Amino acid sequence: MREIRIKNEKDTERFGLELADKLKPGDVLALIGDLGTGKTTLTKYIAKGLGVTETVTSPTFTIVQEYRSGRIPLFHFDVYRILDPDEMFEIGYEDYFFGPGACVVEWADQIEELLPEDAMIIRIERGETETERIYKCTF
Amino acid sequence: MIDGKTLGLAIESSCDETSAALSLNGREVLSNIISSQIAVHTKFGGVVPEIASRHHLQNINTVVDSCFEEAGEKLGRKLTMSDVDFIAVTYGPGLVGALLIGVATAKAYALAAGKPLIGVNHMQGHISANFIEHKDLEPPFMSLVVSGGHTNIVQVDRYNHCISLGGTRDDAAGEAFDKVARVIGLGYPGGPKIDKISKQGDPDAIRFKRVFLEEGSMDFSFSGIKTGVLNYVNGEKQKGHEINVPDVAASFQQAVLDVIVTKAVWAAEKPKRLAVAGGVASNSRLREMLTKECEERGIELFFPSPVYCTDNAAMIGCAGYYKYLDGGIDDLTLDAIPGLAMDA
Ligand SMILES: Nc1ncnc2c1ncn2[C@@H]1O[C@H](COP(=O)(O)OP(=O)(O)O)[C@@H](O)[C@H]1O
Ligand SMILES: [Mg+2]
Repeated sequence: MREIRIKNEKDTERFGLELADKLKPGDVLALIGDLGTGKTTLTKYIAKGLGVTETVTSPTFTIVQEYRSGRIPLFHFDVYRILDPDEMFEIGYEDYFFGPGACVVEWADQIEELLPEDAMIIRIERGETETERIYKCTF
Repeated sequence: MIDGKTLGLAIESSCDETSAALSLNGREVLSNIISSQIAVHTKFGGVVPEIASRHHLQNINTVVDSCFEEAGEKLGRKLTMSDVDFIAVTYGPGLVGALLIGVATAKAYALAAGKPLIGVNHMQGHISANFIEHKDLEPPFMSLVVSGGHTNIVQVDRYNHCISLGGTRDDAAGEAFDKVARVIGLGYPGGPKIDKISKQGDPDAIRFKRVFLEEGSMDFSFSGIKTGVLNYVNGEKQKGHEINVPDVAASFQQAVLDVIVTKAVWAAEKPKRLAVAGGVASNSRLREMLTKECEERGIELFFPSPVYCTDNAAMIGCAGYYKYLDGGIDDLTLDAIPGLAMDA
């Protein structure tokens, strides 16, 4: 378990850009953290690092949003509203998780049993200040 | 055809509600049945799309049957599928499982009865809700679309054709209401709960930051205010203070609406007409603020009644009617598109 101290959004950006460089098709990045911890914000920087040109917005409404303008496709999930894994099958999540792009999943703890064994997990916690975050990474 | 008027059947099932409607010439609603599923959702403290879509399947035939019954009673004559001139259905944006049920049902009816099928963009449906009660409203005008999934300023050029001038860069307005409601313990649905409790609160009690973005931008950003409320609540807790829920709700609502109203009014400056749409269009404070601002600027303001602000099939029937007049008939390969762009 790697623990990273993020002091502010600039650090989040640096972390996201660096991570984006390493992402390859089939990678699943699971983000676990409460409201406002910056899951969508981190995803925006990952998208930026991949060279995505569209605006990345919170996918809470449609659960998954696809971005194909970057180096590899980015599939952005927000499973906040999912209670039963069946809904994930309806969306066809396997086509994304084992597909041609990288997946980022917000609220991944909601679908823990569906995450691939080699999923990269980041637990995000708030730090001492309003902009500090602790990233606990399994990779 | 009924008395020389086009009879449209519409089906909507993009998110929480299953709905079916019959209308004449798009704007004259004969029936608009909405099987609200709020009760199911509240039990779990949030929207549960998996359950919602299961209910769509359970509900849809009953909802369609009662829409024929109610319209028949209104006209004083029996209506059947053979009287219908077209079948309109929402094909996106929305939840894929939910959309599929509506689309499959509409296709089945269209095939069985040999009727034209019209796929409707849910967001254009929301905008068209304004045509139902405002008989003289016609494009062009500016529209503000605010809902759980959208916050857009949209230029409506003609029926079923619009250009989005700006939208949210992170959370939608309705989403921010839902999330903040959760943070301050109000539960689901957040929009109406915050609207209601804010009436007892002071909108100036806490100064949350208004995010206007770059000069001239029609985009929105609400993730900062979500975090702002969280930080405020956590800070008060740490100090051992009780939070004043009505004050926090009212201050949050005011901060969000200040930005929305400023940009909407600014966008409507030239067309001098603004039509508001989407679930958040029911918010009473938003209505109050827009009414005042538009009056001062000589902008004509349109709102649907609350029943046409929520997801409903009558608005889909209205948008579908104009698409039908335009010859916009789809074939049976029509597919649900969950991420359909608002101005597609
Ligand atoms: N270090 C940080 N990393 C990410 N976001 C931060 C940080 N510090 C402050 N923020 C702010 O917190 C908010 C996070 O919101 P968002 O990304 O929508 O959270 P979530 O998706 O986890 O609910 C943004 O307004 C962002 O600017
Ligand atoms: Mg998020």
